[in-house]
This record gives sequence, structure tokens and C-alpha cells, in this order.
Amino acid sequence: MFKILKKEYLTSGIFLMDVEAPKVAKAAEPGQFLIVRVDEKGERIPLTICDYDKVAGTVTIVVQVVGLSTQLMDQLKVGDYFKSVAGPLGMPSELKEMSVEELHSKKIVFIAGGVGTAPVYAQVKWLHEQGIKADVIIGAKNASQLILVEAMRKVSGNIYIATDDGSAGFKGLVTNCLEDLVTNQHKQYDLAITIGPMIMMKFLSELTRKLNLKTIASLNTLMVDGTGMCGACRVTVGGVTRFACVEGPEFDAHQVNFDEAMRRQTMYRTEERSQNALTPDHICRLDKIVERRNK
Amino acid sequence: MKKTPRTPVRELAPSYRITNFEEVSLGYNGEEAMLEASRCLECKKPMCVDGCPVSISIPNFIHHIKAGDFKSAAEVIAQASALPAVCGRVCPQETQCEGRCILGVKQEPVSIGKLERFIGDWSRENDITPETTITPNGLKVAVIGSGPAGLACAGDLARMGYEVTIFEALHKPGGVLEYGIPSFRLPKETVVRHEIGNIVKMGVKIENNVVIGRTLTIDQLFNEEAFNAVFIGSGAGLPKFMGIPGENLNGVQSSNEFLTRTNLMEAHHDDTDTPLKLGKVVAVIGGGNVAMDAARTARRLGAEVHIVYRRSKAELPARAEEVHHAVEEGIIFDILTNPIEIIGHESGWVKSLKCVKMELGEPDASGRRAPQVIAGSEFTLDVETVIMALGTSPNPLITSTTKGLELNRRRCILIEEETGRTSRDGVYAGGDAVTGAATVILAMGAGRKAAKAIDQFLKNQAIE
Repeated sequence: MFKILKKEYLTSGIFLMDVEAPKVAKAAEPGQFLIVRVDEKGERIPLTICDYDKVAGTVTIVVQVVGLSTQLMDQLKVGDYFKSVAGPLGMPSELKEMSVEELHSKKIVFIAGGVGTAPVYAQVKWLHEQGIKADVIIGAKNASQLILVEAMRKVSGNIYIATDDGSAGFKGLVTNCLEDLVTNQHKQYDLAITIGPMIMMKFLSELTRKLNLKTIASLNTLMVDGTGMCGACRVTVGGVTRFACVEGPEFDAHQVNFDEAMRRQTMYRTEERSQNALTPDHICRLDKIVERRNK
Repeated sequence: MKKTPRTPVRELAPSYRITNFEEVSLGYNGEEAMLEASRCLECKKPMCVDGCPVSISIPNFIHHIKAGDFKSAAEVIAQASALPAVCGRVCPQETQCEGRCILGVKQEPVSIGKLERFIGDWSRENDITPETTITPNGLKVAVIGSGPAGLACAGDLARMGYEVTIFEALHKPGGVLEYGIPSFRLPKETVVRHEIGNIVKMGVKIENNVVIGRTLTIDQLFNEEAFNAVFIGSGAGLPKFMGIPGENLNGVQSSNEFLTRTNLMEAHHDDTDTPLKLGKVVAVIGGGNVAMDAARTARRLGAEVHIVYRRSKAELPARAEEVHHAVEEGIIFDILTNPIEIIGHESGWVKSLKCVKMELGEPDASGRRAPQVIAGSEFTLDVETVIMALGTSPNPLITSTTKGLELNRRRCILIEEETGRTSRDGVYAGGDAVTGAATVILAMGAGRKAAKAIDQFLKNQAIE
């Protein structure tokens, strides 16, 4: 079980994997996530679902190498196995609750940042299957960091690219891009859905509040079990503590306390950094990776 | 009547045990067990059995220990419990079997828990698996959750001939036995996994990483997986917080999170990947068993630990032995103290805990004297980590995805007390999913009751 059937690098630091997990694939819906464990010593890593094939029994995940666990995942090759894959977790996208008529009546725009483009793909593809074409803004630092643009093009309406350095598409942030679309190009949207780095979602949500555009954000919080047990994922939404793993991961972006969410996300950041940086600790961690893989 | 004092149990010295996670209580050896067993009067009407949620035939197994026939003692226990080494360690005996022991009137009651544990350990060490002959009846039962309720239910049903599959959300079986109770109180490799192994030997299948309510729904278990009945033993749920300012600061965590990181994920070991951050001074809020477990774990990780509890020591809901061990290990008890705010540094990490002192007033609805704030008693305690051990509220995963499953006023699953029957035909429930946070043995008792009721239900169905 949980065999890796495909691995493809989307950029130098981001890879895509198709993983055999028939039960998860069968139940998966857009907006949900899963939890993987690399091996017996591995931590439980929450990852958003990018795609699923209910017939083949596979789920597609997209991973950015940021710390030890994702480095360990990067060591896995086609034919290797994950120790465990649990899911799908979290509530399906709010879109799933709407009728097809309601969906057709809405003009929807997705704003994806970095690796957050992957879960956006799942939702845009699902809408496409319902006969709805949503617009998508994909943001990245530069052209080489963009992912899934061609795949997205096949299932979306208009695609807008925003890069910090202007090496592809609009020069600027996704927020600038959306503001330009709405104020200068007079695009009208009824619903925005954003998935990406917390800081991006925060500023995007500030913009859409001004634009009076209802916005849903999918929050990538810390998690341990992912089933409601630990509470590590708690976020303040509309002044109330909510658990992203069972009540989310999507919330009304205008109600989310992003400053707190960002602060909570950094709780274990030093660990991630030291795992990634060239420090003596890094060498020790590398040994750990080599030793684990040789087993 | 000759008064033989209770046989003391050997324990690791506090100064040594706070440096590691080895089991604190060493238990009885054969000689000590026989000596303690000899204290039992073997009452004609044994009150202890009434006090046992799974009705172990206590005087009967003790009778065999007296004679040194440990194998027969094991067989007696096995008729009622598949987890003797677990229950001997974690049951609140002082309010159950031992609390009813007639010897307790004038002296100390028989150490029933320690005797049960001895038999459980002896069976394992001597590789004795109580014999069970099972005749498969071709019917399938799904059990949700591999904690105490699920294991007890599955064990009984398997013995009756049912084909039982346990679905477990986490990657290891055992539920709270694995993620919650620390190994210094309940060793994982030896005790927990061995006793779960015994249940697996009876033919019970355990499927890990299946989250019922998400991966599969209860309707799918019936309609697509062809189960004839379902038992929900999914456990407690979402951790409670106090609702005071500062609870989402960095460094505030639930006891569930802290214990899951250390027990299930072994985050304190260098060779595992799960991170753990614990300050030098830790406040654990709450006075139950989970609070004691969190406090004693933090102590072993090198912290100065305060238990902050709003009532007095007499009201601590934890087992007496846990409180005693915590005191021995240098846990500081800030009793009659209630936190009102958590104060943070500019960085967003915890700096201190603002508290008020309390005094006990008139008894409240629970019969315990209600704590009241002493005016002007505010003070701050400098701490780096705050662990909330306040119990849990129901997890919506199953109840929100199962039509027709009625809830009680606390939003737990509503059942018929004697059978565990829910409002859905063929669906039974027990343990913390029904009661909210309680004990291992109560969950096991509920699992056993439900097993009996499921058997009855399926037999009646066969007749119809």
C-alpha cells in the first residue's frame, strides 16, 4: 500500500507524486488534505490533495522541500512506499455545498501562490467537470518557480500569471494582479478562493475586503494527528477558536486572524530552518537521511 | 482477625525516574503476589466484583494466585478482560474494586490492581495466551477506534465467532493507550502491543489510517463493506481550552498535543522527526489523570512543572497513585489557583500566567465544593509553556457524517445505557465518544456491554 507510482519535478525544489491509496482516492473531494508519514520515525505531514483518480486509486500530492520531512520525501523514488497515508481529511471545499445552478451563476476567481497552486488545481478541475470555468491567478517569485500552469490552462477560464520580478506575466504580487483586474480591467467576481503562503492570503484578504469580494482561504496550519485530537491547528476565525483540521481547512478569509495564524505557523520554524541550512546540525540530519534510506 | 499489612510494591526512586521514561511501578513478583493474595477473604458475596466495570471474577482469580496457580488465574481474568496488564496499571481501583473491598473498612483493601497486573505480566513473560476456541459465525462487525472500548468490544465479539475489523485513524493501534498514557505508567512495546497482539491472535483485523467519517462513512460500512453491525468507540475528541485571553500564544498547547507528540510520535527521542518545544518552566492546567501524565512527562524532559488547579488537593480527580507519584517527582501543586490570562512576549511566545487564588464555597451540582475567587488575589507565575488538560468536547467527524445518529445534550452520541444501542439500527457506541473524557476501564466496560447487545441484535435478526 501507499506505493509511489509517479514522481515528477515541477521546479528544482517542488515535486509531484502519484501515490497508491485507493480508499483515500475514492473518498477524496476538492479542498481536502491528507497526512503522510515517510517511515517509522517520520512525523505526520499534512499535505493538500492536488488531484485524485478514483478508478486508478491514486492521489496526487505536490511537495515543496522545506525541512527534514520533505527532504526525506524527496529521497523516495517511484516504486518506494510511504509508511502511511491517512485521509482525506478536512471539510470539502464550500463549492461542493452549492448547487450547479448556483455555481453557474457565480463568477469565481482563484488566487494561488507557490505550492498552493496544487490544491487550487483540484478545485478548478472539479468546477471544470461541472461545466464551469473559473479564472485563476497564479503567483510565484519568478518564472522558474511557477507550477502547473499548463495543466491549469486546460481546466480554467482565464489564467493570469504574476511574478515578483516580471519574468513571466504580470510584474508584481497576486494582490496587485487582482486589483488590476478588478479596478482597471473591470472584471467582476462574486467569489475569491485563495490558497498560498499565509502572508499572501493575509494581504489578499485585506484587498478583497476593500473590494467587497467574498473570499475563502485554505489555511495550512500546524497539525499532529489531523483528526481533531491535538488542537495544534487552532485558528481564530471571527473571534472564535476553530480547528482547521476538522472544521477547515477553508474559512471565511475576512474573519481569519492572519497575524495570529502566521505567528503560530512559526512555532517550529527554527527546526525547519536548521534542518535546511548548512549548519553542523544539517550534517547530522543528512546522516540521518542517508542512514534511513539505506535501511 | 489477624491483620496482615498490604504488600508494598517496589518502585523506582523518584530521583532516578525523572531522568527517563521507564515504568515507575515494578509490580509484584510471584512471592509478593501470593502473599498479597493471602489477604483476600474470598467473600461469598464479593463487593469487589460489583465495583468492576467488566465484572472480573476477582476472588476466583485471587484464589488461584494464593495456590500459586497463575495460569488458572489468567484464565479466570481472560473470561472478562483481554487487557489485564493494561487495566492492572491504569484502572482507578480505589474507586472501583478496591474501594468496595471489605478489608478496606478496618485496614487497607487487597491490592487487586497489582495482582491483576501481575497475572497479565506473568502470562506475557511465560508466553501464555489463554485458550479460546472460536467458531466463526460468518457475520461481520466493524469497530471504530482501537482504544480500550473498541478493543474490549472486538475481543468479545471475536470470541463469539464474529469477523471483526477495527478501523483506526492513527498509524498505530491502541488509541489513548498509545497516544495518551505515557510509557512510565504503561509501557508500550511490552504491555500495550502485547495485549493488542492477543486480540489480533483471536482473529480481529486492525486497519490503521482509516478515518471513519472521512475515509469511509458508517453508511458505507453497511452498504459497501457488508458489515452487519457497527460499534463506535472513537474516543473523546477536540481538546477543551479555557476561553481566557492568550490561549493561542505560541507555547500554549493541549495535553493531547503534548502527549501525542511524546507518546505516539516519540518527539523527545533524537532519532524521530516530530519536533517538540518545551520551556524550562511549565504550567499544566487541570487536576485529572491527563494533567498528571502531562506534568510528569514534562518533568522527565527537564522542566520545572506546576500543576495549576482551581479546587483543593482533596478534589483532584486524578487517581491517588498518580498524585502521589507526581508529588514524589517534585511537581509543584498550585492548588486553589485559577488562570485568568496568558501573557505573551512581543515575539508571541508565552511569558507568564496571570492567576487568581480561590477558596471553596458551598457544594455545587457535582457535589464538590465550588471554588470562588478571592478578591484582590491576582498574581503572575512566570512560565514558558502552558499545557491545557481540561478534557475534551465531542469530535464531529462521525456524528456529522452519519444521518440519524442522535446526540445527547452534551453533543456526545446518545445511547441506551444498558446496551450501547444508538438511534441508528445496528449501530452501537461506547467509551469517551458517549461519556466524554472518562477512564480506560469504563470504556472497556461499555465496549463489552455493546458486544453483548450486538450479539443479541444479530441473533434476533437471524431469527427474523
